[in-house]
Amino acid sequence: MYRWLLCFRYLRTRYIALASIISVTLGVATLIVVNSVMAGFSAEMHERLHGLASDILIECHTSGGMPDPEGHIEEIMKVCGDEVVGSSASVHVPAMLGIEFNGQLITRHVNFVGLDAETYDNVSHFGRYLLHPENQSQVKFDLREDGFAPDRDQFPASGWNYRRARVAYERAFAVEQARIDSLRAPADIPTSDDTAPSMQIPPPSDIFKETEGATASEFDPAVEQYPGVILGISTCSSRMRDEQNNVKDHYYCRPGDDVRMMFPNASDNPKVVNQKFTVVDMYESGMSEYDSTFAFCRLDQMQEFRGMIDPATQARSVTTIQLKLAEGADLNAVRDALRRRFPPNIYAYNIQTWRDMQGPLLAAVRLETTILNILLFLIIAVAGFGILATFFMIVVEKTRDIGTLKALGASGGGVMSIFLTYGLLLGFLGSGAGLVGGLLFVDHINEIATVIENITGQEVFDPTVYYFTEIPTIIHPFTLVWVMAGAVGIAVFSSVLPALRAARMHPVKALRFE
Amino acid sequence: MNSEIVLRAQNVYKSYHKDRIEVPVLRGVEFEVTAGLITALVGRSGSGKSTLMHLLATLDHPDRGEIHFRGERIDNATRARRDSYRNHDIGIIFQFYHLLPELSAVENVLAPTMIGRSAWDFFRHRKEARRRAEAMLDRVGLLHRASHKPSEMSGGEMQRAAIARALMTDPSLLLADEPTGNLDTETGLDILKLLTEINQDDGLTILMITHDDSIAEAADRCHRMEDGQLRQGMPELLIA
Ligand SMILES: Nc1ncnc2c1ncn2[C@@H]1O[C@H](COP(=O)(O)OP(=O)(O)O)[C@@H](O)[C@H]1O
Ligand SMILES: [Mg+2]
Repeated sequence: MYRWLLCFRYLRTRYIALASIISVTLGVATLIVVNSVMAGFSAEMHERLHGLASDILIECHTSGGMPDPEGHIEEIMKVCGDEVVGSSASVHVPAMLGIEFNGQLITRHVNFVGLDAETYDNVSHFGRYLLHPENQSQVKFDLREDGFAPDRDQFPASGWNYRRARVAYERAFAVEQARIDSLRAPADIPTSDDTAPSMQIPPPSDIFKETEGATASEFDPAVEQYPGVILGISTCSSRMRDEQNNVKDHYYCRPGDDVRMMFPNASDNPKVVNQKFTVVDMYESGMSEYDSTFAFCRLDQMQEFRGMIDPATQARSVTTIQLKLAEGADLNAVRDALRRRFPPNIYAYNIQTWRDMQGPLLAAVRLETTILNILLFLIIAVAGFGILATFFMIVVEKTRDIGTLKALGASGGGVMSIFLTYGLLLGFLGSGAGLVGGLLFVDHINEIATVIENITGQEVFDPTVYYFTEIPTIIHPFTLVWVMAGAVGIAVFSSVLPALRAARMHPVKALRFE
Repeated sequence: MNSEIVLRAQNVYKSYHKDRIEVPVLRGVEFEVTAGLITALVGRSGSGKSTLMHLLATLDHPDRGEIHFRGERIDNATRARRDSYRNHDIGIIFQFYHLLPELSAVENVLAPTMIGRSAWDFFRHRKEARRRAEAMLDRVGLLHRASHKPSEMSGGEMQRAAIARALMTDPSLLLADEPTGNLDTETGLDILKLLTEINQDDGLTILMITHDDSIAEAADRCHRMEDGQLRQGMPELLIA
């Protein structure tokens, strides 16, 4: 009883001890903030990586892909049907994207995916990252009228409206150009079209051969579109800052424009397929790795272009099968079972979980979190030494009282427990304050970031680097528990030595102490 | 008169070591405290009175010899027994009061009870304990200062609070080490009067240590510490 009473009285009268606990408070608060931001980041990253990648990916490395995807899926269902809740077949092929921009050709290397719009959303989050709200709920590879990215005011006009206006403008421009040319060289009217300068969509240059041939001449871009393609947003835009330091996106093309895709066909003697597509939407997942390398089109069109349809049987091949597993299924077990069914020495298949694919990145994030935690706990441990020193001081200061307590019959253990309890209370107080502070900080982290931005003029969270509009945070109760336990533990641990000293103190020496 | 021996020191030796030189302080002390009496222990400063009292209170170990409390050998008893002996069986008063500065007067008086009981036990009987503490403060005439901290009290008041604290567990023996040593003469006499009253009214046995012969006059028995040994005699004889 006297222990608690004395502890509380010491707490109220010895502010120096409270000062020594401030570092514990700060350490705990920092740990909580760092952990929840890291957890937020990595959860966001997991979510995105996972959402983009599907649980299990079976890739066929041959150029012709795997024939009979339905048969494969059936086979997969036999192996692990209980766990599979969705599957989708697709064709992945490396491709070159060509965008005509101000009369020049921008080329980008992309990962071109032919996907089945019906099933693709079952295995990964695809639709939700598209810009057009209707495409988000149901992907369509037909150009929409208007209404792209309603939440961005900077996004340029797109869709059929834009396409018609653009075509009308180009035609008017061409007519005007022809008129000027005819005025300049009246004799040369018939050829003026061929030498028209570059502000209109340039005519196909020599290196690109139209595959459509004859039909191309009848193609009316004002009412027709090429096969639809969805481009990763970074493949056709660049993000930078203007002089006022505002973030600005520049688009090389937008939904409604036509682009060119060049990719190998599926024959054993591959040739380049050179095909015009109409951009129907853009894809922004927030993962620059994906946004800058992916382009999507319809699976059946892709199969046609690449010649993946057996002329005799009409059987279609795919290169990739993606699986979605039930919640809580053991990814690695399923992967291993599939590897046993499709042994790599017979099938040129690569079977991976999404974690396998993102392994290095996930491991790096984990390592970073671990190291940060160790460093921050070292800070609390340093605080522990502060507590140790302060407690030694207090024990020396309280020497006479310790003698008095012993003279009144207090045991060594009792005296010791005064200081241990004191350490415990201080630990609770310090880490409790840290907990409250940390939680408040996490709760208002975005406001705080804004305030810091206003004060320093420096953006805490650079949107040209991160795609998050605000800082993601997740508070795991378990993290709170072990941070608190660790901090309280350190506080108690550092009061052990002073407490032992107090307990061992000779009562007569303590009584005679002045 | 009840002549039971409450406390007995037999052939007690104690020396301190300073820089490897042995300083003998007690050299074969023979000493008895009889129940119901005030026994005085006089001697010059530095003669070893406090040393003896610490041995009697089991705050220190004698080098040789034995100390018996009501026939029970106490100097080499277990730690727990010695703790409870200090807590229950004796009360100690010091020259410099030794009140706990963070606690109020009444809390200081409650301290021995808090120490002697488990937290739960104390909590259950806290009202009763508090009543008794207030009664003790009343007994020493300090009830009006119950909620004052030691720093807010005069020396005489602090010593009264210390006496109340020593009486709290109803001990069979009160050890007082120069209870008036730090007080002016008048206040010292008040404290002395209070102790004498307590002895007369409650029959509490008191061992009073002092360097002041005039204070020893109030005692029933008197021992003089000289050269590490005790000589017995009535105060009048010693003065003479
Ligand atoms: N810890 C110690 N080390 C060395 N000498 C001590 C120690 N404590 C007390 N002494 C010496 O023992 C002697 C007796 O001291 P004490 O019992 O306090 O005398 P008194 O109470 O009669 O004044 C003194 O000479 C003192 O200097
Ligand atoms: Mg003394």
